[in-house]
Amino acid sequence: MIRVEHLSKSFGGLQAVRDCSFSLQEGKITGLIGPNGAGKTTVFNMIAGFIKPTSGRILFMGQDVTGFSPERLFHLGIVRTFQIPHEFGKMTVLENLMLVPPEQKGEALFNAWLGWGGVRRQEREVLRKAEEVLEFLELTHVADELAGNLSGGQKKLLELGRTMMTDAKLVLLDEPAAGVNRTLMGKLARMIQQLHQERGYTFCIIEHDMDLIAQLCDPIIVLAEGRVLTEGSMEAIRSDERVLEAYLGHSGAHETEGAA
Amino acid sequence: MELAGLLTYGIFFLTLVGIYGLLALGLNVQWGYAGMLNIGVAAFFTVGAYTSAIITTAASSGHLGGFALPVPVGLLAAMFLSGVLALAIGLITLRLRSDYLAIASIGIAEIVRLVLKNEGWLTGGVRGMAGIPRPFQGWIPGYDALLFLALVVFCVVLIYWANERAWRSPWGRVLRAIRENEAAARAMGKNSLVFRLQAFVLGAVVMGLAGALYAHFVRFISPEAFNPLFATFLVWVMLIAGGSGNNRGALLGAFAIWAVWSVTEIMVTRLPEDLVTRAGALRVLLIGVLLQVILLVRPQGMLPERPPRRERQEE
Repeated sequence: MIRVEHLSKSFGGLQAVRDCSFSLQEGKITGLIGPNGAGKTTVFNMIAGFIKPTSGRILFMGQDVTGFSPERLFHLGIVRTFQIPHEFGKMTVLENLMLVPPEQKGEALFNAWLGWGGVRRQEREVLRKAEEVLEFLELTHVADELAGNLSGGQKKLLELGRTMMTDAKLVLLDEPAAGVNRTLMGKLARMIQQLHQERGYTFCIIEHDMDLIAQLCDPIIVLAEGRVLTEGSMEAIRSDERVLEAYLGHSGAHETEGAA
Repeated sequence: MELAGLLTYGIFFLTLVGIYGLLALGLNVQWGYAGMLNIGVAAFFTVGAYTSAIITTAASSGHLGGFALPVPVGLLAAMFLSGVLALAIGLITLRLRSDYLAIASIGIAEIVRLVLKNEGWLTGGVRGMAGIPRPFQGWIPGYDALLFLALVVFCVVLIYWANERAWRSPWGRVLRAIRENEAAARAMGKNSLVFRLQAFVLGAVVMGLAGALYAHFVRFISPEAFNPLFATFLVWVMLIAGGSGNNRGALLGAFAIWAVWSVTEIMVTRLPEDLVTRAGALRVLLIGVLLQVILLVRPQGMLPERPPRRERQEE
């Protein structure tokens, strides 16, 4: 579905991503893991159009989408969430969802002024959809609350909910479980699985919680120092020495081994 | 006699409140809805005033003109030209972050003011433009001012309606989202540049209308009348005091601040002569202090922003 070819990105002197190549298979939940600073979020930002790569290509369903703007990629079906919730604080929870559907009639000013009937009809549909999503997220009780007043976990759910308001093909989740308690994490995992099965979303998930990754993801791609270290199933990753090293740092023994 | 004088003053007062109300409504779209820091309100106000004045005045050696077209044409032309100016400025500056837009808009307002001051062939320069027609003149003898107030009120009602409708529409929702978090709005497929540009132009069109009405109301305009204090600073205070993001707040702010401004003006004229000139600065200071107090006590203004009421499903 997505093929990333020789992707590199440097910020000034810092090379965040170096010659990264991998692909995300349609219909899979791919995990993207790696220690802090491995370049995971930078890769996400490049796929979602927030950062232009220094070099390399990104292909989405065969089309070269390198350097496309986020809004254009959204319309192609790539939707992302943010590591730190990016809710619209002074808008209600319901509005946060109702914003999302593309090409709403009322987004054109003249329709808002002169075609209010049509706008309202469509608004009712959007509202119904948003209420369904809220029900799915079990957030119906805070529908009219300002999103800025939600708890951290609720904001995480809302982020996920926004991806459900459009016909996404690929959903990029940036640490959906960070700062979320165990109970809610289980709920999140179930929701992601349900979306995957019922809606056929392809997911790519950045996550530090290995339990969640183990539960949801196959395959898993490991990044370290901006490169793809390895790729495979959880078992394969778990038994890979290099992954352990990347997370825990080189032990003296290994270094001498490497030198020898 | 007293009563008639009071009435006349009341009409004069309300007309200016209406014109400032329009400016505040225009700024509300730009700042309240979209979070764009436009500190060049004066530019659009001035362009509106001069455009309508040039189009509607009789021939004069002092400035470009002699078209003597009807006032409604002048109003429309004023709105159009303010909008075009905003479009041009917006295309250049809206890519900038909001604080840079603020700086750019101050600069542009100054450029507009200096052009009007120096291009005498166009605007009459510092001598200004006189003989700007006021509509409804002599329709019902003695009621000119009242009819003009009615026109202003009509414009305020119309723009208020348009603003409110825009606020409650998905268009307003997108703008608020962009204001709250542009990255997320873009991730949700909204082209923030296009939406911001629309809001900037819409706000400027309303400011242009206010300018045109002002020109036809006072009937004589010169660059003096459009200094940033009157045309930008007061409007900002009105919007912030009334409540940015709230159209009723914008109108209430225009009323309240203009009332304070007018009352202090009356008070100043009662002062001994040697104090009068110095008191002018004190009035500005007073407005500044008032703004500080509001920001500390009621940072969201008298009528804070509220998300649009949800329409209950009928079924």
